[in-house]
Amino acid sequence: MPNLKDLKNRITSVKNTRKITKAMQMVAAAKLRRAQEAAEAARPYAARMESVVNGLAASVAGSSTAPRLLAGTGEDKVHLLVVMTGERGLCGGFNSSIAKLARTRILELQAQGKTVKILTVGKKGREQLRRDFGALMIGHVDLSEVRRIGYGNARSIAQDLLARFDAGEFDVATIFYARFQSVIAQIPTAQQVIPAPVAEAADLETDYDYEPSEEAILADLLPRSVATQIFAALLENNASFNGAQMSAMDNATRNAGEMIDKLTIEFNRTRQAVITNELIEIISGAEAL
Amino acid sequence: MADTMQFDLVSPERKLLSAQATEVQIPGTDGELTVGPGHAAVITTLRPGVLKVTSNGQVTEFAVTGGFAEISPEGVSVLAERSLPKGEVTQSVIDDWVAEAHKAHKEAHHTVVDDAAKLLSDMVAMGTHIGLDPNVPNF
Repeated sequence: MPNLKDLKNRITSVKNTRKITKAMQMVAAAKLRRAQEAAEAARPYAARMESVVNGLAASVAGSSTAPRLLAGTGEDKVHLLVVMTGERGLCGGFNSSIAKLARTRILELQAQGKTVKILTVGKKGREQLRRDFGALMIGHVDLSEVRRIGYGNARSIAQDLLARFDAGEFDVATIFYARFQSVIAQIPTAQQVIPAPVAEAADLETDYDYEPSEEAILADLLPRSVATQIFAALLENNASFNGAQMSAMDNATRNAGEMIDKLTIEFNRTRQAVITNELIEIISGAEAL
Repeated sequence: MADTMQFDLVSPERKLLSAQATEVQIPGTDGELTVGPGHAAVITTLRPGVLKVTSNGQVTEFAVTGGFAEISPEGVSVLAERSLPKGEVTQSVIDDWVAEAHKAHKEAHHTVVDDAAKLLSDMVAMGTHIGLDPNVPNF
């Protein structure tokens, strides 16, 4: 029969765990709201940027003077995967699902004979990918000190990426992150950023004059557009992380509650059994007299 | 012709201003550009400078560090890479911006060095314009 004291200790410890997961859930909920607001606030800029770049890209694409960021290097040999994950765990399958998507893509590319390089953003993704692909990693961006993701963070990642592109280190860059759909659904997404994908038949409603030339504007805008996409991805990722953590902690809280109920029933049964035993001993003792 | 137009100033992080404006002065790469309602459709890139918005007879000024502006007869939207109301640009902010431009200039590839030099001088000029000491680092 389980010891009463042991049961009591277990119940106390599970109750403490429940307090912690409950607190983490509420913190994640508050952070999620802020993350969603940030993602919301960034949307008009990103949308405008995209429509202008698409419009320009459509008119310049194909011409021999198209910037390299749009036309690409003309090759498709070296792929750079930018894997963005969280800095922390305790968030269900959030980090693993992004790492898994990246891993599938890496194996696919390697099977096609391409060279793969990996740049990780966020500690958890690096830990998961290092085991299998440690040799492919060319860099890591640490955001664990960053309390609030700003455009500056995205810009420095983008600058790093562009410098590597200019140095001819890769031909194609793809970013991996989780798109936030709801608290229970975050969709791991791969998105090509370099060379800029050209959307079909993207028409601006108005015929614009360009000052200076279309190409000069495009050359100025494309690097910004890379930074904007990375920024949007970071914000989505942040919202997804907090959403995933919130639902993971909600589950943990509920599980702890169930466990406490079970343990309490067991505790009560045991206690009653102990009392019954004592009574039997007293009665049989009295009868023996 | 309407006498006001829709004006939006957005940065990647937030929407700074959305208002009906009568006149907007934009620091374009090729020079200052003053836009009123019904202006021809233009897309222009920005240089670091001061953006002036006249709305309800009041002039609001913003410091922008670059980006682009989309002008159409119905309105203007400015997508600034970084932007602050002029009053919030303090000495330390301008120091940061100038130091950053200076760093970009130093690290710039020789083909784009002219662009970086222009960015730096524009940044310094904006600091002077606002009335702050741009604190030019020694070359």
